[in-house]
Parts: sequence; C-alpha cells; structure tokens
Amino acid sequence: MKQRAGFLYTLPQILWLLVFFLAPLCIIIAYSFLKKGLYGGVEPQFSLEAYQAMANPSILMVAWRTLRISVIATILTILIALPCGYSIARSSNQAIRLFLVIVPFWTNFLVRIYAWIAILGNEGFINDIIRWVAPGSAGIQFLYNQWAVVLVLVYMYLPYAILPLFSTIDKFDFTLLDAARDLGATRFQSYTRVLLPNIRSGLVTAGLFTFVPIFGAYAVPLLIGGKDSYMLGNIIADQLTKTRNWPLASAISMTVTLSTTILVFLVALRKPKEQKWVFDADPSAAMSAAGGR
Amino acid sequence: MVSTTHHGRMRRLAMLWRIRRILRKGGKAARKFMPVRSPASNLIYWAVIGFLFLPLFVLVFYSFNAGRQAQWQGFSLVWYQRLVMDSPELWRAFTNSIMIAGGSALMATAIGTLAAIGTTRYSFRLRSTVATLSFIPMILPEIVVGVSLLVFFAGISLKLGLFTVWIAHTTFNIPYVYLLVSARLEESDPSIIEAAKDLGANEMQILFRIILPMALPGILSAFLTAVTLSLEDFVITFFVTGPGGTTLPLYIYSMIRFGVSPVINALSAVMVAGTVLLVYPARNFLKVFAAR
Repeated sequence: MKQRAGFLYTLPQILWLLVFFLAPLCIIIAYSFLKKGLYGGVEPQFSLEAYQAMANPSILMVAWRTLRISVIATILTILIALPCGYSIARSSNQAIRLFLVIVPFWTNFLVRIYAWIAILGNEGFINDIIRWVAPGSAGIQFLYNQWAVVLVLVYMYLPYAILPLFSTIDKFDFTLLDAARDLGATRFQSYTRVLLPNIRSGLVTAGLFTFVPIFGAYAVPLLIGGKDSYMLGNIIADQLTKTRNWPLASAISMTVTLSTTILVFLVALRKPKEQKWVFDADPSAAMSAAGGR
Repeated sequence: MVSTTHHGRMRRLAMLWRIRRILRKGGKAARKFMPVRSPASNLIYWAVIGFLFLPLFVLVFYSFNAGRQAQWQGFSLVWYQRLVMDSPELWRAFTNSIMIAGGSALMATAIGTLAAIGTTRYSFRLRSTVATLSFIPMILPEIVVGVSLLVFFAGISLKLGLFTVWIAHTTFNIPYVYLLVSARLEESDPSIIEAAKDLGANEMQILFRIILPMALPGILSAFLTAVTLSLEDFVITFFVTGPGGTTLPLYIYSMIRFGVSPVINALSAVMVAGTVLLVYPARNFLKVFAAR
C-alpha cells in the first residue's frame, strides 16, 4: 500500500519527464548515429559520419574557443564575486546589499544583452562620450569580438557566483580570521589558509553554476560576439536550423551534454568527507540559478 | 600533512578564542557589531554594483531621449507613448508570456509538489531514480534541452506554437519546483503526521490538512520561481516556438536583430522599474532565500 501510494504521487512527474525530457534526449543520441537526410531530418541508417564531421578543424576550433572563453569568464567571475560575497556577508545590512545584486539579475536576460549593445555599439554610450570629448573622431567598435563576449558573460553570471558564495561565507565564523591573525598569519594568509578552505563548497557551486551555462551559451555570443566569436551553442543551432545537418547538431549536443555532466559529477563527487553532496548542502545555489534562466 | 595538523591546531585555538569572545561580548551581538575591517572588499562590492547597474541606467537614460539615434537630443516621453499606444505586437507577446508563465508554473507546481510529497513521505523502489531524473534537467545546458525538444516535436509532428512552448516551460520548471518543495517538506517535523494518524486522521485529511499547509511556503516560492524562470527564458523558447508563439523575450530578440526601435529602451526601463518594485518589498525575504 505505502509502496504504491508513493509511486502514484510521483507518477505524473515520472511520465512527464520520461516523455518530454528523457525521450527527446534519447532521440538526439540516436540521431547522432544516423545518416543525414537530404532536406533536414535523418535517414534510418547507422553511421558515424556525424562524429567524423566533428573532427573538422573549424568545429574543433570553435570547441577550443568555447572552452577558453568559459574558463576565462568563470575564473574572472569567481575572482570578482569572492570579495563581493565576503563584503555582503560581513555587512550589517545584508538585505539591502543582496537586493542590489538581485535587481540587475532579475532584469530580463535579453534586456541586459540589449543594454550592452547600447553601451558598446558604434552608436553606443561609450562612443557617444568619445565623440563628445573629441568631436570628429571615428567611433571605436567595441562589440563583435571575444573580449566583449567575455565581458558580457561575466556580467550575466556574476550574481550566480555571488549568491552561493555569500551564503557559504555567511555561515563562516569570522572570529577564526582573528584567531589566525593572533597566531601570526598575515591578513592574506588568513584568507587563503582559513577562509578559502572553509568555503570550498560555495566555491565549487559558484564555479559550476557559472561554468555550465557559459559553456552552453547561445544568446550572448550570437548578439554580442558575431560570427568570429561563435561558441558551440551557436554551431548546434546553425547546424539544426540553417545547414540542416541534424546528426551533426545531435552529435555536438551530445558532446556538450556529456562533458558538462561528467564535469558536474566529478566536481560534485569530489566532496569533503563531512559533506553529503554539494547541492544537498546548498540548495540556495540551485535556487540562485533559478532566477537567471 | 604538515599543513593539516597545523590547520587543526589553528582550529582548536580558534575555538578557545571564540569562547573567550563569546564570554566577553555575548555571541551574536559580538559578531554583528564587529567592525568590518576589509575596506578592499567593500570597494570591490560597490564597484561591482556600479558595473551591474550601469547598463540599466544607460537604458533608462536613453528611454527619455527625443532622438532615434544614441546622441542626446532633449527630453521626451515619446517612446513611452509609443510603447503604450502603438505597439500591438509587443502587447500580444506580453500576453503570451504571462499566459505561458502562469500556465506552465501551475502545471509544474502541481506535478512537482505531488512528486515531492511522494518521495519525502514514502519509500519505494524507484525513489532515488526519481530524484536523479529530476535533477539532471537542471544541469544540462539550455541549448541541449531546446534542441532535443525541437527534434522531438518534429518527430511526433506536433505543430510548433504556444502549446509546445507551454510543454517546454513546464518541463524545465518541474525540477525546480520538486527541489524547492522537497526541501521544505524535509525541514518539517514528521511526528506531526504521526500524531495526526494516532488521532485518527485518514490519508486525505493528512494530505489536505497537514502536509499541504506545511508545504505551502515552499509551494508558493516554487510557483513564483517557476513564473520567473518562464518569463525569463529565451534559449529554449527560441527553439520550440512557432507561429503565434512569440513571447516577450523573443519579441525583444527580434527587435534587437531586425532594427532597434527606441521603444525597446522604454520597455526595458519599465521592466527594470517593475523588477525593483517587485523585489524591494521582498528584500528582507531575500536573505532567507539566499542563505537557506
């Protein structure tokens, strides 16, 4: 009886996710091993062509670029978010400081991308100022390069890193820092040897919640970066909607999926002993990701 | 190894220090009124806030610009007037967004809440499988979810449009609802249910008079999170939408791609103001939200 009741409660969710999540995922796994159809779609014939096509230098280059941009953006984001989270945690007015981080974060994703176009573009805010200072000078194009993409990605995902870092630093006992200083540690040592090891779970969650979405980024490289800054997400979309090579799009999707899943499990399972599971320990991290989709 | 023992010694001494401090000033008070001795991190914080708000200020600034171009040509409310009076497509997209957000949040909340009750109250064979299955959609890149749903809808030849958008949004909302509601249920005291049972309550009474009221704060925050996620989503919607299924983010996207009208500045300014008005009353709740 109890067995069946529990199962019945979860049945709608199991069915929904089976049909609309697992089945689609299985379909693209299958498609990646099929032959490409003439006008989109697939031929029901086993083939490894899609995976061979992935070894194409142009796609490998994009993969390398994606990895490079994701790593650089994640590191920059964490480096900036760490002192921010610390400052919020030590503030006597945490609510207001969090509020200030949340407002830009809850402003629509595309509105924020558009705002950066309005700032960096040829006719944008910065060029406006340049022309005002030095009339007659030609504008500088800040958009459409990889640094613009990194800048906007860091902008987009900073709150994802700040929120989990804040929530772990907030639980940290700051008197430990005083103790370290009393024992002769320099201020820098007290941070690196006492604070950082104690907020490891926050660092891991912040890193994951920044790296994973950036690795699969689509809108930012498309609108801010242009063709020369395309990332894997853009290649998938192009193969699907323009070139109509569905097996290749599926194969790249599978590669992205597998690499992020493996990364998440490797990082999440390399847990410190007393902790069960990164996301169990810190559900707020998952929730902070919630605001940004 | 040396560093570990060193670390351990530091910890023990730190404990002593903490006890001394608590005895002297009283625990929480001591912590709260401790002077903040890191001007550097405060400086970085305010710089970051400036960075985060800069684009929003620029948008609001340009929304009052009389000219079409970026150059300032005097104050005007013309774009706000256009936004309200003369943008029927935008309002249709807005209505679609609201409908999809409400509809998908309702569906996801219903499904996710039931599942959360099932996995926290009962133990059954597939329990951990359900938990894992519900967790995976959250860690997949959005583009993969969007692409796989598009391929799936094409495979069962379902016509793309509002309905497919609703299915997609419900799908990505379910895991968040499940997570939030189970977190709430796990915090609540199981002995209350035992007590109700001892007093003769039946399953239905336990569900409607005990479990659901207990889970209500979690259900509400899950519903609101789902609405936000849905209103915000661009990437997944982009793939699964079709004729008549334009949501607000998609409309903004097409405005960015195919000729920017300054109406978008006015719209953005309104949306920023809306966010501030919605979040500000909840600012004290944020701390609880972020620090659970």
